[in-house]
Amino acid sequence: MTASVNSFNVTRIREDFPILKETVNGKPLVYLDNAATSQKPQAVIDALVNYYMTENSNVHRGVHTLSQKATDAYEGAREKVRQFINAEHDKEIIFVRGTTEGINLVAQTYGRTHIGAGDEIIVTAMEHHSNIVPWQMLCEEKGAHLKVIPINDDGELLLDEYEKLLSPRTKLVSIVHQSNALGTINPVEQVIELAHSRGIPVLLDGAQAVAHVPIDVTSLGCDFYAFSGHKLYGPTGVGVLYGRAELLDAMPPYQGGGEMIRSVSFEKTLYNVIPNKFEAGTQNIAGSIGLGVAIDYVNSVGMNNIAAYENELLAYGTERLSEIEPVRLIGTARHKGSILSFVMDTAHPHDVGTILDAEGIAVRTGHHCAQPLMDRYGVPATIRASLAFYNTKEEIDTLVKGIDRVIEVFSR
Amino acid sequence: MSNLHDLYQEILLEHNNKPRNFRKLDDANRQADGYNPLCGDQITLYLKVEDDVIADVSFQGVGCAISRASASMLTQCVKGQTLNKAEEIFGGFHSLITEPDADVDYDLLGDLEMLSGVSAFPTRIKCAVLAWHTLNAAIEGTENSVTTE
Repeated sequence: MTASVNSFNVTRIREDFPILKETVNGKPLVYLDNAATSQKPQAVIDALVNYYMTENSNVHRGVHTLSQKATDAYEGAREKVRQFINAEHDKEIIFVRGTTEGINLVAQTYGRTHIGAGDEIIVTAMEHHSNIVPWQMLCEEKGAHLKVIPINDDGELLLDEYEKLLSPRTKLVSIVHQSNALGTINPVEQVIELAHSRGIPVLLDGAQAVAHVPIDVTSLGCDFYAFSGHKLYGPTGVGVLYGRAELLDAMPPYQGGGEMIRSVSFEKTLYNVIPNKFEAGTQNIAGSIGLGVAIDYVNSVGMNNIAAYENELLAYGTERLSEIEPVRLIGTARHKGSILSFVMDTAHPHDVGTILDAEGIAVRTGHHCAQPLMDRYGVPATIRASLAFYNTKEEIDTLVKGIDRVIEVFSR
Repeated sequence: MSNLHDLYQEILLEHNNKPRNFRKLDDANRQADGYNPLCGDQITLYLKVEDDVIADVSFQGVGCAISRASASMLTQCVKGQTLNKAEEIFGGFHSLITEPDADVDYDLLGDLEMLSGVSAFPTRIKCAVLAWHTLNAAIEGTENSVTTE
């Protein structure tokens, strides 16, 4: 395997991910489903084990030593997240279950207090269902309307159409930073600028972008940013909602329970300050600590190195797949992350997925929780190979051979 | 690899390329929609039932090779059969693809026997049975579309 840009050594990196040594159907695993979930480095796996072996305790509630250790590790993870996305304050980092919960939290708190009958929420044609359905639920409850920014055939936002959609009734713009089904990286700076010039807040769905693009919420100026830990090489079941302190302070709580209160009586309950106000009940402490370690890990590799290497892989994969005649790439934006979504004239995505699996290749086939986007392209589903920085050009060659095998099977 | 050949047998691919009875049945008296939300397979099954006999049957929709071939073979297999017999065929077919050592009456199944390779691919069983669940829904006159989930 070849090393690449900036002294980036993929062979050494692969050693850090034990699962990459697995075989599937007698073949070495070629894991190209990173947009669904990423694999975990040994350091993250060890962090979970160590936590349960040496630190397990509930946070913020005990005077005993173990509780203090767990609290320090949990709050330490919050600080790591803050630095990673360059938020101004720790208290702006709320631990949630994942991107989906982050978006639902905003819809149910900020949304329910600020969005009313006749108001409008803007999303894009390339949203994941998790950035569509929470807003539809809110619209149904409040009598508000969902507006959709259209895209061109390459999968790029039509910014002039977006500008036309912005109206005095627009109360929130909620868009995906990087599309999970197309790979498109949206021009979020311009999207935010156009919204903010009209006083409209912006939420970014960072589920995909966070693992591939350096994120700086302060320089972006976004009002909310949501992402999942498991797509950033961390554990499942933990994610982050960043919100500007001023907005979070003014928002009502999401769930009621322990931790989110200052004092409770049967007559009156006083809520805690942020972030605790939004962290009712015992959180995913081990997962949060694991996410902090995942952030340490990607920092040690360097987000810029990761982005540069993945771009090289993407360019190579795009070139190789474009050479295969029955393959049609879906999502050809100029600015995109390492996602190769495609269809084949000769075979349905589901059949392609089964044949590739027989070769040890894991890809995702289906609508990628983006059915309106599939409708936009007139396809029921696509095959998606999503690349991470531990993938190699040799693995893309294996994918190409697998696709040749599909063509062979279906030409009989 | 031999599993893959068992799955994608030539006769299955041939049914996929040229599905039988792939049309809307204008004089259908029962019909149902089936949907596999995981892969987007979608099928509409049309039946003309006379005196508890399936006088005619057809289907339309989009889907993978396995779901299309299974639907195509279904139409061949149940046409002219009584409703009870169709149910019996489904039972035999279900055993064929879910129980590797099932005692199956192959005379009953015809071309459907060619789908036995599905049993080695548990994730694809839903594709193979979609048309059959849809058939049941059409026979029972279920209003809602059926899904594999």
